[in-house]
Amino acid sequence: MTDSKYFTTTKKGEIFELKAELNSDKKEKKKEAVKKVIASMTVGKDVSALFPDVVNCMQTDNLELKKLVYLYLMNYAKSQPDMAIMAVNTFVKDCEDPNPLIRALAVRTMGCIRVDKITEYLCEPLRKCLKDEDPYVRKTAAVCVAKLHDINAQLVEDQGFLDTLKDLISDSNPMVVANAVAALSEIAESHPNSNLLDLNPQTINKLLTALNECTEWGQIFILDCLANYMPRDDRESQSICERVTPRLSHANSAVVLSAVKVLMKFMEMLPKDLDYYGTLLKKLAPPLVTLLSAEPELQYVALRNINLIVQKRPEILKHEMKVFFVKYNDPIYVKLEKLDIMIRLASQANIAQVLAELKEYATEVDVDFVRKAVRAIGRCAIKVEQSAERCVSTLLDLIQTKVNYVVQEAIVVIKDIFRKYPNKYESVIATLCENLDSLDEPEARAAMIWIVGEYAERIDNADELLESFLEGFHDESTQVQLQLLTAIVKLFLKKPTETQELVQQVLSLATQDSDNPDLRDRGYIYWRLLSTDPVAAKEVVLAEKPLISEETDLIEPTLLEELICHIGTLASVYHKPPSAFVEGSRGVQHKRIPARAGSGESAESSDVGQSGPSEAPPAVIPSQGDLLGDLLNLDLAPPTATVPSVQPSMQMGAMDLLGGGLDSLMGDDSDTLGGDIGGSPSMGAGLGAAPAAMPASLGAAPAVGGGLGDLFDLGGGVGMPTGSYVAPKTVWLLAMKGKGLEISGTFARRGGIIQMDLTLTNKAMSVMTDFAIQFNRNSFGLAPAGPLQVLTPLSPNQTIDVSLPLSTSGPVMKMEPLNNLQVAVKNNIDVFYFSCQYPLSLLFVEDGKMDRQVFLATWKDIPNENEAHFQIKDIHLNSDVASNKLQGSNIFTIAKRTVEGQDMLYQSVKLTNGIWVLAEMRIQTGNPNYTLSIRCRAPEVCQFVYLCYELVLKN
Amino acid sequence: MIGGLFIYNHKGEVLISRVYRDDIGRNAVDAFRVNVIHARQQVRSPVTNIARTSFFHIKRSNIWLAAVTKQNVNAAMVFEFLYKMCDVMTAYFGKISEENIKNNFVLIYELLDEILDFGYPQNSETGALKTFITQQGIKGQHQTKEEQSQITSQVTGQIGWRREGIKYRRNELFLDVLESVNLLMSPQGQVLSAHVSGRVVMKSYLSGMPECKFGMNDKIVIDKQGKGGTTDDPGKSGKQSIAIDDCTFHQCVRLSKFDSERSISFIPPDGEYELMRYRTTKDIILPFRVIPLVREVGRTKLEVKVVIKSNFKPSLLAQKIEVRIPTPLNTSGVQVICMKGKAKYKASENAIVWKIKRMAGMKESQISAEIELLPTNDKKKWARPPISMNFEVPFAPSGLKVRYLKVFESKLNYSDHDVIKWVRYIGRSGIYETRC
Repeated sequence: MTDSKYFTTTKKGEIFELKAELNSDKKEKKKEAVKKVIASMTVGKDVSALFPDVVNCMQTDNLELKKLVYLYLMNYAKSQPDMAIMAVNTFVKDCEDPNPLIRALAVRTMGCIRVDKITEYLCEPLRKCLKDEDPYVRKTAAVCVAKLHDINAQLVEDQGFLDTLKDLISDSNPMVVANAVAALSEIAESHPNSNLLDLNPQTINKLLTALNECTEWGQIFILDCLANYMPRDDRESQSICERVTPRLSHANSAVVLSAVKVLMKFMEMLPKDLDYYGTLLKKLAPPLVTLLSAEPELQYVALRNINLIVQKRPEILKHEMKVFFVKYNDPIYVKLEKLDIMIRLASQANIAQVLAELKEYATEVDVDFVRKAVRAIGRCAIKVEQSAERCVSTLLDLIQTKVNYVVQEAIVVIKDIFRKYPNKYESVIATLCENLDSLDEPEARAAMIWIVGEYAERIDNADELLESFLEGFHDESTQVQLQLLTAIVKLFLKKPTETQELVQQVLSLATQDSDNPDLRDRGYIYWRLLSTDPVAAKEVVLAEKPLISEETDLIEPTLLEELICHIGTLASVYHKPPSAFVEGSRGVQHKRIPARAGSGESAESSDVGQSGPSEAPPAVIPSQGDLLGDLLNLDLAPPTATVPSVQPSMQMGAMDLLGGGLDSLMGDDSDTLGGDIGGSPSMGAGLGAAPAAMPASLGAAPAVGGGLGDLFDLGGGVGMPTGSYVAPKTVWLLAMKGKGLEISGTFARRGGIIQMDLTLTNKAMSVMTDFAIQFNRNSFGLAPAGPLQVLTPLSPNQTIDVSLPLSTSGPVMKMEPLNNLQVAVKNNIDVFYFSCQYPLSLLFVEDGKMDRQVFLATWKDIPNENEAHFQIKDIHLNSDVASNKLQGSNIFTIAKRTVEGQDMLYQSVKLTNGIWVLAEMRIQTGNPNYTLSIRCRAPEVCQFVYLCYELVLKN
Repeated sequence: MIGGLFIYNHKGEVLISRVYRDDIGRNAVDAFRVNVIHARQQVRSPVTNIARTSFFHIKRSNIWLAAVTKQNVNAAMVFEFLYKMCDVMTAYFGKISEENIKNNFVLIYELLDEILDFGYPQNSETGALKTFITQQGIKGQHQTKEEQSQITSQVTGQIGWRREGIKYRRNELFLDVLESVNLLMSPQGQVLSAHVSGRVVMKSYLSGMPECKFGMNDKIVIDKQGKGGTTDDPGKSGKQSIAIDDCTFHQCVRLSKFDSERSISFIPPDGEYELMRYRTTKDIILPFRVIPLVREVGRTKLEVKVVIKSNFKPSLLAQKIEVRIPTPLNTSGVQVICMKGKAKYKASENAIVWKIKRMAGMKESQISAEIELLPTNDKKKWARPPISMNFEVPFAPSGLKVRYLKVFESKLNYSDHDVIKWVRYIGRSGIYETRC
């Protein structure tokens, strides 16, 4: 009875022996031999040489033997396609067997054999099995369609299997329904736009009925599928939620998590004042807590998901802090996750308990865990002001332990506490300085140097301390070098008399002996600042720093929304969108949360915004903690408001700081820096007046939205040589709807950069501050590439022009109309929503000139029905002028042909998302009406391309 | 979906390898061995991503089970499946060990073929599986057509966990209420967190397809009845009901009915299964209190005194009591004195283990120990792990009471009264810790 003996054959000539045994007459011996083959296969030996012999054993009425042979076939058929054909007959015969178990086995196995010739034979049996009288066969056949689709998608479509599969959703057997749903969902993933899973209220109803009856796994398939549905209105959404909530009591955690996913997504549509909304919120907490009593691996999955849920809806678990307390025997991965969630849930109400726990954890064994616990104490201090004092004293206690990594971690967080509560806890500096020597990690060294520099005036021997670091300057990491440079400059500005030598020394180290461009450039800027205008230097370097945000490590809201749609899946475990770890087309679609009722239309949405200000998307500052800090030594910098006046055309913080600085800098020494920046004549004024976030150096500037390219263009308003047409600004948000804030704007594409030019007018009686902007998902993934730079408070009756660089890497969702963009603008008063439409020419990229040959081939390749015809009337331009004009908007003329007095222009356009649009424009001399034919694989864009033509040609 | 499933022994040798998807290559088997098993480090995440391939792994004794995928699968489902797979294997051949797996590899391949199709989990109820996959090879060939369709309808059916036509001479059922009580207490005796996680395990030996209804002293149900002023006398119900934070049920329970009426009705599987799990946090009876006193005498000596107090009816007896008092790593010698039971210092476990066979309610017992320490120059302080405790008591610390379990079988002629029912309560310690 024991099978282990099959694993132990190590004789020579094994294959040969097996061959003989496989061909033996005795059934038992044959079976023994096949078992040996499978055992060898398992441990990774190549037994493909036995293929014909094994396949010969297939014709048997012994089911066990048959299964073993099938197992072998699935493994090796691909390597021996020709011989695999030998098996087809048996498969086809088995599909007709009176025993449903054998029919199902045959169709299941056949689908796993990835040989083209075999798949051809599979179609007929599969068709029969899909309509088999036995549900067991049907449920197996349903999955087989997905297998076949994976091998040959076209075949599945041609054979009409997709329709049969859709019919199975109405099958009487719940397991067949569940498998059909699973198969369809998988197939639909590789056809994002196919509308294959045509979910409508009827099918949803069927699914919900099957949900009550099928196996736990089937329930997961169905719930995961339901989560992709967009309910029509809040009532439908509520009724689905009502039917899904019972699943929260299922013993299977995956069923629970998938149900949570559906609820989290659909409750977004429910009006917040609805009683049911509150009930639902309350119902979600207990099952989530219960997940924590599952096995540790599942706890981990649950915790990663709870981390997302807590960020999205903190109210659900705010009273459940205790369940996240770490148990001594928890695996380390559970401990670390719990700690994360504890910090997120920490509030004034529970801070005492949390701190007591964290203090315990800081004495544990695991280094990572201890570090995280120490860091958590710091985060508590920043989050809950009342606790700051206790946190600091706890940290001091920990520093006294002298455990090296604890000390370093504590110093890093104390730096943040100083940032948050300036001039409050400086008494501890002396203790910190005692530990200077033990710091060997860059982050801790940098933090300590920052502290010394920041409080140089209170530390008697600050110069000595910093000097001691300077000795090994070139061995330090960049982070430390940059910090040291800044700290010494600060020290110099505070105590100029004694430290002149020191600052000379560090500046020359940074500028002359370093190869690091960031360091060198920062050195140069300081140098020039100091040599030209020490007063300005003081204002810049010692400027008041903006507050740091309370929450750290928050997931960016659009990603968070997407991850909420993936609750329970790997994406939610990795906290990454599926496209980051899945190859190919699968799962690359971005999922989104449905919008709350009414917010689809801008007119209504502003009302919604007013009724619930808390809905404002949290303004998350991207965590650039490690971005080396910036010139002004700010970790994260929402623009602060110390600038008395702002130039109307100033775009970005980076620019105006430079602009002003350059004027004076270039007077002295225009070789070094001037070369980089070129002439930027109109960049006026404003040095020292703009303590905004500044990229670490000029070299790194392109990382911040626009980069130098647009600096030129924006500063002087010179425009691009050929100048694409920019429509005049129109009013997007009426002052009436915006509580006094009026926004008008337009879009432009300048030098390859898309910009949204906005004019903000304050028509209210009070000052407006804290502006921020966000876009809803849109057809081409437009998203702000940087924060909205409104540097000053906007006083009543003041108007400001802002230009916001946009990227096209945001989340995508098809809008109606295609070029619709929904925008939310926030200020200190409220959040306002409006929608606007952008010209498609915004998305025409500079390298949109297609090769002639390619053009021809592509034109032919696009089906005729994708061609659209338009008339452009009243244009009095000749073809050359027109083509030049169009080129300015990145519509490129590839060829021109003149036939019988008619000019035919062939043109190409490429959109930012890679879609090509091809056009043929006919211009008849003397006729002011042009004829335009547009072909594109995505025919819905044609209309908008035509509008761009008209716009460009007429202006 | 799941692309492949591998089982390894502790050395990383493959015992079972089944690939379901084309995107998983043979090298995946080796990648996991090299990166996870051979790394011989503490597992820092149960999901490991190696070269864009994700491995979900669990360990049972010294056997590794790994599910592999390249897609965005439902992670919770994969782990649930792996646990289920272990349950199924255990139900077939007992403990999961290298030997058992090697001895049953053909069976395991058969099971894997059945319960996972193209990476989608299928019916994995052992009750159903055992009707057509057996250790004596597959039945299949000698069955009648009726038997075959009965199998398939059961595997795919609404009640996939029970087959028709079960008959017992004596209809009998056993209910075990098994609770584990968890506590984390501060040295000062403040309860930091306490909860009971309980399970109701049922062994049913019932004929036919019986409809069951289970009732307990759930506060929500009792209050509802109290309001209606029907059967129960209201004074009694208010006191004896318990607030259940949350509960989950075996898939046989009709969840929609529980959601709407909070009644627990089901057709049970045959034999033993877990009917429900629940969790309570309010009004927990903590069976024991641990009062620690640790004093450091100089740098080379510790004095430890621990008192335990039992806190339940004097007529009841707690069993298998064990108190574990951690000692520092540099302990050189320990002297213990205890009033009751036996206590021993176990150097290999760095702990004093104090065992008491039985202890009645409302009693108190004490242990004191002197711990000699070797002088060290290790700067790091001793972490002082908490004192943990194990015990078993014959009542439910949550206060849960089974009120009824009614059985209806309309087709066969036995009634609720003919069923012999047994109920048992066992409270065990979960993680029962007191910091010192």
